[in-house]
Amino acid sequence: MARITYIEHNGAEHVVEVPTGVSLMEGALQNGIPGIDGDCGGNAACATCHVYVEGDWLARTGERSENESAMLDLADGLEDNSRLACQISASPELDGLVLRMPASQH
Amino acid sequence: MASQPIASEPAIRHTLSREEAPFQWPLPPRKRPALADYSRETLMAYLETAPLDEVDISDPLYWETNSHWPYFRRLRDEAPVHFNAVNAERHRGFWSVSRWADIMAVDTNHQVYSSDAYLGGITLFDMDSDFIMPMFIAMDPPKHDVQRKAVNPIVSGPNLASFEGLIRTRTQEVLDGLPRGEVFDWVDRVSIELTSRMLATLFDWPQEHRRKLTYWSDVSTSDPEVPGNPQKEERQGILLGMLQEFTQLWNERVNSEPKTDLVSMLAHNPATRNMPPMEFMGNLVLLIVGGNDTTRNSISGGVYFLNKNPQEYAKLRADHGLVDSMVSEIIRYQTPLAHMRRTAIEDTILGGKHIAKGDKVVMWYHSGNRDERAIDNPDAFIIDRPRARQHMSFGFGIHRCVGNRLAELQLKILWEEILKRFDNIEVVAEPERVPSAFVRGYKSLMVRIPA
Repeated sequence: MARITYIEHNGAEHVVEVPTGVSLMEGALQNGIPGIDGDCGGNAACATCHVYVEGDWLARTGERSENESAMLDLADGLEDNSRLACQISASPELDGLVLRMPASQH
Repeated sequence: MASQPIASEPAIRHTLSREEAPFQWPLPPRKRPALADYSRETLMAYLETAPLDEVDISDPLYWETNSHWPYFRRLRDEAPVHFNAVNAERHRGFWSVSRWADIMAVDTNHQVYSSDAYLGGITLFDMDSDFIMPMFIAMDPPKHDVQRKAVNPIVSGPNLASFEGLIRTRTQEVLDGLPRGEVFDWVDRVSIELTSRMLATLFDWPQEHRRKLTYWSDVSTSDPEVPGNPQKEERQGILLGMLQEFTQLWNERVNSEPKTDLVSMLAHNPATRNMPPMEFMGNLVLLIVGGNDTTRNSISGGVYFLNKNPQEYAKLRADHGLVDSMVSEIIRYQTPLAHMRRTAIEDTILGGKHIAKGDKVVMWYHSGNRDERAIDNPDAFIIDRPRARQHMSFGFGIHRCVGNRLAELQLKILWEEILKRFDNIEVVAEPERVPSAFVRGYKSLMVRIPA
């Protein structure tokens, strides 16, 4: 279980608990959090769950895979702390993680 | 216990190489099953029981009659990665991939499954080898990436917001101009009208000549073997004419300040400004077809599906808030492009089958969108389907449709404006369909809006 804070581009905050092993894309969808679409169902194949990982959390979310990098490279608003939320699994180590969303998912 | 003979393994089959099957035109005659007639009913009955190895589903007959469904249901159940060798002298033979998960595996593995135009490109039938049109959808990284990025900004979030008012005004104009109480062709009056106006805007092309864009889009995907369509040489000539007209625009814009239309963007971006003519033409074809055929056919499909599912139409009338999820469901249910094709550039395994280097691999998106292993009750059209966005009509991976958000926006605005005006749009006859295993579209859809 991890408490995750999702911050929409307009600043709206959503704090939810995501069970261990569930992706942070799924965590957003299951809690009805706007701004994350997850069109491909969690295969790093569409880039509609693009998020920015806040602060020191980035290293703890692991490395981008080759396919995740390829999709992010084609997404709008790529930053050093960009990740696809479907490629990060909730775990106790991520308790307190903060994610911000880009202006739009594309 | 009686001993059973061990079935002999069928010969291992793969796509014929260009040496084994040199490009020739006209193509060798197509073999068709001997049936009493080729009506939808007869073809569907045939596809229910025909040996899978006997069917060449690339035949436009199955698409014009919309009779292909039993074949793909059987492929998904019995042979999800299946080699089609029938009529291989025409298309060299290809693998049909019909399940969601296998399609996803191909689409996300661009390292093994190439889109390269020079290997044949992204459609089941190879590009004419005497008329190769490189375009970024038919390229692999890294060139694909930089060319796609050159046009991406026009369909990115901030730019879309700037289009919204224009799209709404035009949609209102087109809908307000429709006749009441008389039969008309929805394809011509609405679907083509709206998409051609949008395309003209994207290219900053003269609006009064917008139907030329529709014409070129239709010609670029048309099958030269179908009677009435331009023959091979004629088709190439028409596309060269398109190139000529666009080159004039290019020349004007390359010497002006950069603007936000597609031609100016291509003319000024370092990744595209030195494209050879055939590559400029290829990218034009890509952007015109991508912005035209697909949205057009989803616009038509939505009206047709709501008529076939009156309970869904009633739900929509009762709750206009369902437009968002309905738009995704329309796009899933229509699947405007039935397939994308790849070429394996190394030996690999897919669904337990050995795919050899050089093999053609066809991902049937419309079949993946009807795969009950991935989607509940997939044959039903349900406008408030949970997770309606999870469909494969836009493809997945690096070649995923770049204009998907624009397409969704156009459809969303259209349905919002329809609901403000018309309580009903009645389909009065079955639509006439495009005879193509690539574009799943409508030539006409006759409707009436009650007076």
